[in-house]
Amino acid sequence: MNFSPKFEKRFAEMLTHYPTKRSVLVPTLLYAQDEVGFLSDEVIHELAERLDLTDLEVNNVISYYSMLTTKPRGKFNVQVCTNIACMLRGGEELLDHCKTKLGIKNKGTTPDGMFTLEEVECIGACSWAPAAQVNYDFHENLTPEKMDKVLESYKQKSSQ
Amino acid sequence: MADLVSHPDEIKIVSKRFGQGATNIDRYLELDGYKAVQKVLGMQPDVIINEVKNSGLRGRGGAGFNTGLKWSFVPKQSAKPKYILCNGDESEPGTCKDRLIFEHDPHSVIEGVMIAGLAVGSATGYIYVRGEYRYLLEIVQKAIADAYARGFLGKNIFGSGRDFDIYWHGGAGAYEVGEESALMESLEGKRGIPRIRPPFPAVVGLWGGPTVINNAETLAAVPHIILGGAEWFAKLGPEKNGGTRLFCLAGNVARPGVYELPMGYNLKKMIYEVGGGIPNGRKLKAVVPGGSSTPILTADEIDVPMDFDSMMKAGSMLGSGGVVILDDTACIVKFALRTMKFYQHESCGWCIPCREGTDWLKKTLIRFHNGGGIKKDIDNMYYLSENMLGRTFCPLGDAAAMPTMAFIKKFRQEFEDHLDGRPCPFEKAVVAEPAMA
Repeated sequence: MNFSPKFEKRFAEMLTHYPTKRSVLVPTLLYAQDEVGFLSDEVIHELAERLDLTDLEVNNVISYYSMLTTKPRGKFNVQVCTNIACMLRGGEELLDHCKTKLGIKNKGTTPDGMFTLEEVECIGACSWAPAAQVNYDFHENLTPEKMDKVLESYKQKSSQ
Repeated sequence: MADLVSHPDEIKIVSKRFGQGATNIDRYLELDGYKAVQKVLGMQPDVIINEVKNSGLRGRGGAGFNTGLKWSFVPKQSAKPKYILCNGDESEPGTCKDRLIFEHDPHSVIEGVMIAGLAVGSATGYIYVRGEYRYLLEIVQKAIADAYARGFLGKNIFGSGRDFDIYWHGGAGAYEVGEESALMESLEGKRGIPRIRPPFPAVVGLWGGPTVINNAETLAAVPHIILGGAEWFAKLGPEKNGGTRLFCLAGNVARPGVYELPMGYNLKKMIYEVGGGIPNGRKLKAVVPGGSSTPILTADEIDVPMDFDSMMKAGSMLGSGGVVILDDTACIVKFALRTMKFYQHESCGWCIPCREGTDWLKKTLIRFHNGGGIKKDIDNMYYLSENMLGRTFCPLGDAAAMPTMAFIKKFRQEFEDHLDGRPCPFEKAVVAEPAMA
């Protein structure tokens, strides 16, 4: 199995950064997931082979890290923080608003495959709370109205 | 947008270059960039270490260990290579300062890593950036590439005849990985389970070699110390608590933001003068002074200097710089619940007191906040927390236990007000959906 040329180039370079092959595993899993959408059995097996690991060893690592998923997700993963600073500034209400707006629960995906919703822990936006991430993009100082605009902008982006 | 703010009381050192385009290496050079490391190239290791020791710089990640002293633990001779590891896994709830350093002044971290390397005899550094900070990882990647292109990294740096390599490394979502030994496990491609200490990383670290692990803000301060001098830095704060630090004001405060203030700055002044006090006509109820792992302070306890030693004396900790402010609409029981949900979720699962203890606390608090609490629960939670302390491989257990003890000790009445099926006095009860399964 091959990944994109960009991935392969970076992967080859990363291997030179560490004294052990295994050390590239965690960032590589995330880069692979970015490309494929989720960590399929095929991806897991491919990376395990490349790094002289068993599939089980790779799965053991995957299950530890919260950003990694072995299940397909929506095109846009809407991650709403409800930890203490965001909670004090309406993070939970924001999450509830998203659940209603998108018609899904935590970790659910909309039927059209566009959005997944995830309640997350602190993302490091505490002084700009309440905050969320959509994939890797930060969205801060949110209100339900602003959140609606954010979701709309991704829907628009998707249809272009 | 992670907007920048300012206040006249700030002393901008680590944040000096924020908003000045210093991600551009030429701009960084214009703003005194890479001068410190070139100075250090001409200094003896012991002299570098002593300078940092005497500056009073203490770990800005939260533990507050004297940085120069930590560097001095690296053995002079080593059969295995030595490493510098920048901890950019910022994940302590309430904390958003390393984010700004990576966004606005990544080269200062690179320079700090290099200086640490020259001090301890290491020629290899890693900058670990949490997985969610992808845009910042890309900024760091570019900064490293630019430094290599100029000959500041790689072979024969600055024509000195010495080599230095720095590599970026992205995480994939895990609070515990910010703990220094779990950070090493993660970087080695494994689950972030902490290691038992001793041996400490400075002696046995990455791949068995001596490793200095420092928070990004700590490393970013180092070049400034080299240029300004230990004495200057030390004098900015109280004895043994030198310098300034980035404080993240968050929660129910009028002017949230990241402010750089001298160590020892008064917390009450910080909240009311720098932060603009409590908005919406509300009153201050409590403050979590240094990230969720630090014991809460009541509104009567905020007249304290924000430095490591004063905060310890006050029964809390300076911690990560995350100052989370609660007004009188906040329910302490709900706040405690959310905090325990976090620790239970993030517990790596290795040690029984943490794995079981955080889960037990979370479940008890869920039931409690829904009106299903019994009086015995309050003392049981306190007793449970006491027995988690100091019985784990890493401080995550303590990070859940100590705040719980403070919530109960200082807000016992609020817990009692939730008894006998009474609804939460502050808002509708949290539905016990297993949201973070």
